[in-house]
Amino acid sequence: MIIQTIMFYAFAAVTIASAFMVISSRNPVHSVLFLILCFFNAAGLFVLIGAEFLAMIMVIVYVGAVAVLFLFVVMMLDINFVELRQGFLQYLPIGGVVGLVLLIELVAILGVWTVGPEAMTPYAEPNTTLGAATNTEALGALIYTKYVYAFQAAGMILLVAMIGAIVLTHRSRPGVKKQNIGDQVARDPATTIEVRKVPPGQGI
Amino acid sequence: MDSAFWDTYLGITIVLIAESLLVILPVLLAVAYVIYFDRKIWAAMQLRRGPNVVGPWGLLQSFADGLKLVFKETVVPAGASKGVFFIAPIIMFALAMMGWAVIPFGEMAGFQLVASDINVGILYLFAVSSLGVYGIIMSGWASNSRYPFLGGLRSAAQMVSYEVSIGFVLITVLLCVGSLNLTDVVEAQRTVWFALPLFPMFVIFFISALAETNRPPFDLPEAEAELVAGYQVEYSSMTFAMFWLGEYANILLMCAMTTLLFFGGWLPPFQFVPVVGDIMAMVPGPIWFIAKILFFFFIFAWVKASVPRYRYDQLMRLGWKVFLPLSLAAVIVVAGVLVGFDLLPDKA
Repeated sequence: MIIQTIMFYAFAAVTIASAFMVISSRNPVHSVLFLILCFFNAAGLFVLIGAEFLAMIMVIVYVGAVAVLFLFVVMMLDINFVELRQGFLQYLPIGGVVGLVLLIELVAILGVWTVGPEAMTPYAEPNTTLGAATNTEALGALIYTKYVYAFQAAGMILLVAMIGAIVLTHRSRPGVKKQNIGDQVARDPATTIEVRKVPPGQGI
Repeated sequence: MDSAFWDTYLGITIVLIAESLLVILPVLLAVAYVIYFDRKIWAAMQLRRGPNVVGPWGLLQSFADGLKLVFKETVVPAGASKGVFFIAPIIMFALAMMGWAVIPFGEMAGFQLVASDINVGILYLFAVSSLGVYGIIMSGWASNSRYPFLGGLRSAAQMVSYEVSIGFVLITVLLCVGSLNLTDVVEAQRTVWFALPLFPMFVIFFISALAETNRPPFDLPEAEAELVAGYQVEYSSMTFAMFWLGEYANILLMCAMTTLLFFGGWLPPFQFVPVVGDIMAMVPGPIWFIAKILFFFFIFAWVKASVPRYRYDQLMRLGWKVFLPLSLAAVIVVAGVLVGFDLLPDKA
């Protein structure tokens, strides 16, 4: 058990430290790299509580895809860092308020949890029937039975968001040359080249 | 052997270190010889001799190259972001080694030869291979130089695109297995290797693996004709050697993944033929596994020697407009067939 405790504090410390570095580092690329470190350690915490499926999904989705795109965009930005730093303090009050609200909410939730554990039972009832299953199976058995409508609704929302993003960006721009593979493959000598006999000394 | 000692923290630590060394050292040795093998195949295709000077038949060429790189000077570009510049090759190398932790090499005397037989083996492999892009993208950015940067950007876009279809191909395999454990994946292929029923998926997976490891014809991130050597331009000495080793270890990992997912891992071939099958079964599993990995590595080298490089827009088109719809359709078709004909693997 002691190893788990040590690992928990190691992961937790690195998560918090790197999360702090995300907002405090001067270079935005370094910020994204620290964000990746943060995700990675959060995945480590998931493994420690026995949620290995969530940990892997976390790494695949957030670290392997989302953060790569973040990095991709941030790397190409041409930012004047000094200018960026100037307005930093003027956002402090609003940031502080948001932080405070989150803190109060967390305290409210965790407080209820510790003060009256029975208050949480109707919401977070552990599924005892799946005790022996791996957590991939347990998750699947819950998502596709009890929460299937919520799951489908989430899927629909994501689909609509995706279509919306495509519609917004996929406008037709005049003057852009596009390659049509079908047309290219369908070309044949009869329609594309013309053989002419050039009489000497006259040209065409 | 006193079993109580192996349950103490010291014992567990020793076992873990021994297991890791037992996996990493052979992999590194294999990488050295696979580089030699690659160069020999490439040479043979071009009617050359290939490395043949250092050691008998040039067998020690890789070690000579490694030694040469160790003695060279590490040059750091003036405008480089130093920390990231040095972390990048370490990440590349470490990630290439990490994946091998869950690869099951076979069964010997009732023992599963696998360092860590976790429940989500396939997801772990997928996660590790999708992280491989960070070594490249970080090196490209940290070098603070044009060619590496372009190489890094290309690599990021390319790997994200092909991961999507790899993910869907993995889902089709998982549907047929009913488990995310790699040992279960191989055991599920006792009757028939998945390469037969899922042949189109195997083709998509293999081509995506080429793109994922930046091998020709998809080696756009390091295309020497346009980008000199892409993300590796500013690296020299051991930092370059780490990229090199990491790249080949990744290729071997992809070959191992192809073998595990589609070609029955350590299972011997021709089991349905009466006598031949028995003879084949006499060869131990790990040897079959290694032989299959080498066969796929041969195909990797073969492709490298014979196919011209893709243009970047063609690469993107292949990933998003051909492989993605095909693999997405395949997920639906495979799931439909499995449910419709009641072939789903039954789990208790």
